[in-house]
Amino acid sequence: MDQIGFLEPRTSVLSRRREIVADLVDLLPEGCLVHEPRELVPFETDAFVSYRRLPLAVALPETTQQVAAVLKYCHRYGVPVVPRGAGTSLSGGAIPQEDAVVVGLSKMSRILDVDFANRTATVQAGVTNLAISEAVSADGYFYAPDPSSQLACTIGGNIGMNSGGAHCLKYGVTTNNLLGVKLVLVDGTILDLGGKALDAGGLDLLGVICGGEGQLGIVTEATVRLIARPEGARPVLFGFDSSEEAGACVADVIAAGIIPVAIEFMDKPAIEICEAFAHAGYPMDVEALLIVEVEGSEAEMEAMLASIIAIAGRHGVKVVKESQSATEAALIWKGRKSAFGATGRIADYICMDGTVPLGQLPAVLRGTAEIVEKYGLRVANVFHAGDGNMHPLILFNANDPEDAAKAEAAGNEILKLCVDVGGCLTGEHGVGIEKRDLMRHQYSDADLAQQMAVRAAFDAQWLLNPSKVFPLEGRPA
Amino acid sequence: MTPIHEPLSEDAASRLVQVASLSKSPFVIRGGGTRSLHGTPDGADVLSARGLNGIVAYNPAEMTMTARAGTPLEVVEAALAEKRQMLAFEPNDLRGVLGSSGIPTIGGVFATNASGPRRLTAGAARDSLLGVRFVNGKGEIVKAGGRVMKNVTGLDLVKLLAGSHGSLALLTEVTFRLLPVPETSATIVVSDLNDAEAAAAMATAMSLPVEVSGAAHLPESVRGRFIGGALPPGAATVLRLEGLSASVTVRSEKLVSAMGRFGAVSRLEAEGTKRLWREIRDAAPYADGTPRPLWRVSVAPIAGQQLVAALRLETGVDAFYDWQGGLVWLRMESDPEAALLRRYVKAVGGGHATLLRARPEVLAATQAFQPQTEAILALQSRVKASFDPSGLFKSPMLGWEG
Repeated sequence: MDQIGFLEPRTSVLSRRREIVADLVDLLPEGCLVHEPRELVPFETDAFVSYRRLPLAVALPETTQQVAAVLKYCHRYGVPVVPRGAGTSLSGGAIPQEDAVVVGLSKMSRILDVDFANRTATVQAGVTNLAISEAVSADGYFYAPDPSSQLACTIGGNIGMNSGGAHCLKYGVTTNNLLGVKLVLVDGTILDLGGKALDAGGLDLLGVICGGEGQLGIVTEATVRLIARPEGARPVLFGFDSSEEAGACVADVIAAGIIPVAIEFMDKPAIEICEAFAHAGYPMDVEALLIVEVEGSEAEMEAMLASIIAIAGRHGVKVVKESQSATEAALIWKGRKSAFGATGRIADYICMDGTVPLGQLPAVLRGTAEIVEKYGLRVANVFHAGDGNMHPLILFNANDPEDAAKAEAAGNEILKLCVDVGGCLTGEHGVGIEKRDLMRHQYSDADLAQQMAVRAAFDAQWLLNPSKVFPLEGRPA
Repeated sequence: MTPIHEPLSEDAASRLVQVASLSKSPFVIRGGGTRSLHGTPDGADVLSARGLNGIVAYNPAEMTMTARAGTPLEVVEAALAEKRQMLAFEPNDLRGVLGSSGIPTIGGVFATNASGPRRLTAGAARDSLLGVRFVNGKGEIVKAGGRVMKNVTGLDLVKLLAGSHGSLALLTEVTFRLLPVPETSATIVVSDLNDAEAAAAMATAMSLPVEVSGAAHLPESVRGRFIGGALPPGAATVLRLEGLSASVTVRSEKLVSAMGRFGAVSRLEAEGTKRLWREIRDAAPYADGTPRPLWRVSVAPIAGQQLVAALRLETGVDAFYDWQGGLVWLRMESDPEAALLRRYVKAVGGGHATLLRARPEVLAATQAFQPQTEAILALQSRVKASFDPSGLFKSPMLGWEG
């Protein structure tokens, strides 16, 4: 499976490889430049493992000034740069290319400041998502966005992709929880955008940096919002006889004005895969499962649950199972958050990430099943139903090129369906290389031209993560 | 009189801008014209969005609405009220403090990122904005974002347009998310705290798992001008709770017991709460019919009272605080004292200050928006040029620059 193209490596860069490596070695402290081919292998791909390219070198700077020095150098000599956090991108956002220097932020992993009076944390970009919540947990706070990869993924990567997670229904995604960044522009200029104030003056540059997929600059520090942790939280399992009923139940809960912290959906294949892995106690005799998490005091959770149970009853809910202990609750979430990994144990898969309007959930689930069946493949659905962010996992055999091509084709059809019903190609994983060539299905030429013009305002020579997001054809000269 | 162009469709707006871009005739973009006292620079016509009127789609079950940019805010809010939904960020109405007339539009709300008390916990206007359609400076019709809650497909131009004060493009249509109107609300009032004590009390309240949805401090100088003087004597530190009745009752008890150590605590019920927070939102005490300089300052929450305390030593100011202290409504006695204010904003950790009101000649002579560093200015101009290469759209936020 190698249909998605990359830009042709610049021969002017490849031919100067030794010189570039020598210069970067000089620019950085000892041990901060990886350039032996064997040592470059761990950087050749990310979590979108079907594609891989060995980079020219990997810089692992320890300070913002070192990031700036590397960018300034690469800018001067026209060397492409691919920023990298933990390399957990599902869309190929961190996959390098042969003529690129990877700038990895893994050595910048210090928490710089925790300010409870203002409810902010300022951290270096290489700090993991979970480490922020862990650092403030004892004081009763947490950082809200929680991608499934939160144990590994970094805040810098989260900002690059505007990551979401299961609990975004109530608390929003990265962009809604980000107050400021230290940003290094492609020419090495260091900017401070935003800070501890809730709003910054001028154009909302922070807003476009977040989700910029490493094309606009490299974030080295971030100030994020902390939230007081609720008194209690309880996931409850709702089992249904059909995906349609579960989907309709989600739409009705939201329509009734009830916003739980999370509403996660699993169909039967996903339930079986996750249960076999996590032994979470999921009911096995249902076709679809919702994990609904409510939070607050005991009284609040009871009140909200009563309303949700009443609505589920109108949709023929078959099983309602409340977690009885913190251990049970943790297991329920472990099963859900390990869905991708657990699926990977039984088959190769590609994971789609389209978002659809809630009212379209049942129709898109049906459409997804039809598309996958047409290609003779299997699908497991496990996703954030409350905000319509779907994750069909298309199962295939990566050793069979025909099977792989079918999976990619089915995935593309599903994403087009998402767009056609009023949704979008990607809700939280990013475009990367994976969805790049579908961008024209969602956007007109004028829409894309405007985005590319903004991109060029940050990086006129298209050196930063150049093979990503925008179709390779039709780019400005 | 400045000529006003009021296209009645997106296509008409696009043609108008295309023609103007050939002759390089500049525009100042305007919605209802209620949020700014800045006039128009010489030679610029007004490009009004008011002709782009009407709700395009309202899907209560999906909690989203799409409306043309010139749709009056009151029309949007009336439609939402029928379904017991609302804009989470509580857009303010500045007509009182600015003495402006006209009808606020939904496009104007987003173009100025006009956010009220709930911004503290529910995000700003920009956080509710899901998608936009706009006409850029070349006259091209462009869409960005969409109508779903989670969308990371391409660059987030929606955020750039929100709060751009007409500097990048003419918004023609906006799609935004909604929230259900809470079943009930209540306000816990802690009386007679000084500004520093109030900052500590509000920080404590926000650290508790009681979901305070608004935290403001109304010093004694303004307290009597809220809800007809019905708040207890002395300064009032006010904390709003919203949600299901049973839940508000429980949380209210917790909050009352936690606030007891700061001062005398009382409780305002739903009706009073509604009125109080509307008046906080609109800076009602400063709707005083005067042109005395009025600033809206955003700093770190704990820094708000430090800023005011520092200013008080040097000049006559009156102030009250929203956003846990992080939004300061600041009225100067006579001179706007821009240099002094900006120096202290920087000294307390940074933020931004916008001069909303002053005598016309003072406003014209003062940099009303927060000055930016050279590097950010340079980047801003490049971004501006990427939407509007010939500098057609003039905005006070970018200093009327092209």
